[in-house]
Amino acid sequence: MPVKNYNNQQEIKETADRYLQEIHELATTPYTVMEVCGTHTVAIAKNALRDILPTQIRLVSGPGCPVCVTDSSDIDRFLYLAAQPNVITATFGDMIRVPGSKKSLQMLRGEGADIRIVYSTLDALELARKNPTKEVVFLGVGFETTVPTVAVSIESAKNEGLKNYSVLSMHKLVPPVLRALAEDPETEVDGFLDPGHVCAIIGTKPLEFMAKDYNKPGVVTGFEGVDVLEGLVMLLRQRAQGRSEIEIQYQRMVKPEGNPVAQSFIDKVFVPVDAAFRGLGTIGKGGLGIRKGYEDWDAEKKFDLPVFETVEIPGCRCGQVLKGQIAPPQCPLFARKCIPLAPVGPCMVSSEGSCAAYYRYAQRSEM
Amino acid sequence: MCLAIPARIVSIEDFLAKVDMMGNERVVGTHLVPDAQVGDYVLVHAGFAIEVVDQRYAEETVELLIEEANAREELQ
Amino acid sequence: MERIILAHGSGGRLSHQLVQEIFQKHLSNAYLNQMNDATWLPGSENIAITTDSFVVSPLFFRGGNIGKLAVCGTINDLAVSGAQPRYLTLAVILEEGFLLSDLERIVQSIATTSQMAGVPIVCGDTKVVERGSADKIFINTTGIGALQERSVGPQYIRPGDYVLINGTIGDHGVAILADREGLEFETPVTSDCAPLNHLIDEFYMPGVHCMRDPTRGGVGTTLNELARQGQVSMILEEEKLPLHPGVAGACGMLGLEPLYLANEGKVLAIVAPDAVEEVLTRMRNHPLGRDAAIIGRVEAADPGLVLLKTPLGGKRIVGMLEGEHLPRIC
Repeated sequence: MPVKNYNNQQEIKETADRYLQEIHELATTPYTVMEVCGTHTVAIAKNALRDILPTQIRLVSGPGCPVCVTDSSDIDRFLYLAAQPNVITATFGDMIRVPGSKKSLQMLRGEGADIRIVYSTLDALELARKNPTKEVVFLGVGFETTVPTVAVSIESAKNEGLKNYSVLSMHKLVPPVLRALAEDPETEVDGFLDPGHVCAIIGTKPLEFMAKDYNKPGVVTGFEGVDVLEGLVMLLRQRAQGRSEIEIQYQRMVKPEGNPVAQSFIDKVFVPVDAAFRGLGTIGKGGLGIRKGYEDWDAEKKFDLPVFETVEIPGCRCGQVLKGQIAPPQCPLFARKCIPLAPVGPCMVSSEGSCAAYYRYAQRSEM
Repeated sequence: MCLAIPARIVSIEDFLAKVDMMGNERVVGTHLVPDAQVGDYVLVHAGFAIEVVDQRYAEETVELLIEEANAREELQ
Repeated sequence: MERIILAHGSGGRLSHQLVQEIFQKHLSNAYLNQMNDATWLPGSENIAITTDSFVVSPLFFRGGNIGKLAVCGTINDLAVSGAQPRYLTLAVILEEGFLLSDLERIVQSIATTSQMAGVPIVCGDTKVVERGSADKIFINTTGIGALQERSVGPQYIRPGDYVLINGTIGDHGVAILADREGLEFETPVTSDCAPLNHLIDEFYMPGVHCMRDPTRGGVGTTLNELARQGQVSMILEEEKLPLHPGVAGACGMLGLEPLYLANEGKVLAIVAPDAVEEVLTRMRNHPLGRDAAIIGRVEAADPGLVLLKTPLGGKRIVGMLEGEHLPRIC
């Protein structure tokens, strides 16, 4: 909710204080919480929550940044497309600086490629309408919050007969990622802060297996500082009461059934496929491909794209950061060789990557 | 992931709505919330309304905004 | 003739016509009208001098245009340095094909702003380059100011000083973004572009140790510069940062930080504790300072560090802006 500054937030502060107190009381033994949403990573960092939480609570960032988990082979593919003379690449701002094996969109733009930052796929559609002799390719990045908006654009393009618009789908899904984390013996997490806006779309049912099958409770949480505090309280209460459930803290936005209209858009246009996750390897059915019947709007089918190999970055520990195994300052490259202006790995490039968030919003206590 | 903020629907036509976000106006798609009406508050992400905001919360937001506006008035 | 052609830059009749019919028409004064190769300026003061070039796009934005910006930017650099802005130069590079009507609008704006600030344009230059060699119009202004008995600078900042700003932050940044293709939104937010010399004359008093205008890179970057140069640290309070609701909304929508958005009509003042109440009152008495506020304090520990206390009580570091400030959806 906007406007936190310059106003009477007394009630919110008092609520936050109460939650903080309860957290201190309940955190008698160590408890590790992972969030899997870039916006949570930033919210925690911006509110300097680690500064005020008891040391027993370890807040860890997982692979919640869709930009960070985009594999280098995917990046090289879209860089190849972006460099084609007749192509206008439309992308969210988040992707513009992400480096592939050699270059980034920003560099290509400097070399004359036509790359446009858009806020919405609706803008990308408009670009296609306004430039009938060019091919507009939209870079589809994002989890389930963003996917329906891309699905709508593909459906609209099909209905309109707009032939010069296509999407390169690099979308990823949250539940398979959670399952991979639960299955990974090296990831030690007690509970999860579940992504509020992803769940606004998919509801809580797709997450229940975490609590039931793996005994990892989760609380679907909002993005204000006080939301995160309440989410933590709810997780700690579950532990104290011996429960393992998926609960909703973010009740003002999330219903257990999610948004059925959005879900059907996703199902209509996309189909789960195995996907390469940077730092995590391949996750079965962890990504989305575009369905049969929409070939004309699927950039992968439309263009003859070469296959690229995944390139490992020497010294980069993003994989471990993404799994929450190490905190960014524990990576030897962090803030030394790897800084926002000269990022080595994806966690530093994306403004909501763990490393970038740590760097930008570094806490006093971590200095 | 997902920056989204609440906004009030000012007008709708053919799945495109004009919404008001703290005084800023933008056109967003309502394809994902076909039952949304003028006056509803919706959550906006990447140029689309993805959810209708709970009525109670919407009212709380407006109250806070009024409170904020009053606070600024006092300071001037 | 509607557009600039190469001949406008050749020094011949068309050049003279351009200068007379557009520049002199709006900017006429005794100095400029000398029309010599160099303008004679009277006086025996110690001078301050500054120069800036303006290449902003879009040229016309809510609350101003590149011309207004070119005048305010340079005047403000002088004023925050403790000098009385006296004269401005104006050099313009035009791209072939640039609309004369747009040029006139810009020059009119320059004239109005210059008059409002009381700082005349006393000499100028015009060049024309081939289509594609410049982005419509580039402007350079150099400003000369008279040094006053105002000892201001980062070297005078002391632990215990307060950090003040004359109004809301990030307005210019948002106003510029609102018209950018792909981000279009209508906003009540307008650029805060304004000359600050009169405001500064209003509030300056001994006790004002340092002033700086937070332009590109925002308040966050500028305070980092001051902290580094002054070898002090600063602690800001997030709740005290004056913020227009429209800016808050735009930042929420686009994932931007008000602390890193540009301002063109703001001055940060670092003020001694015994003067701060008076300075704040004086700021608020001026139209350009109605929303003035104390936003933080200077401390001695950890020189070069700028911290921010969040409403929930935690503290985090505010660094300089790294790279471009880009909108995001995640």
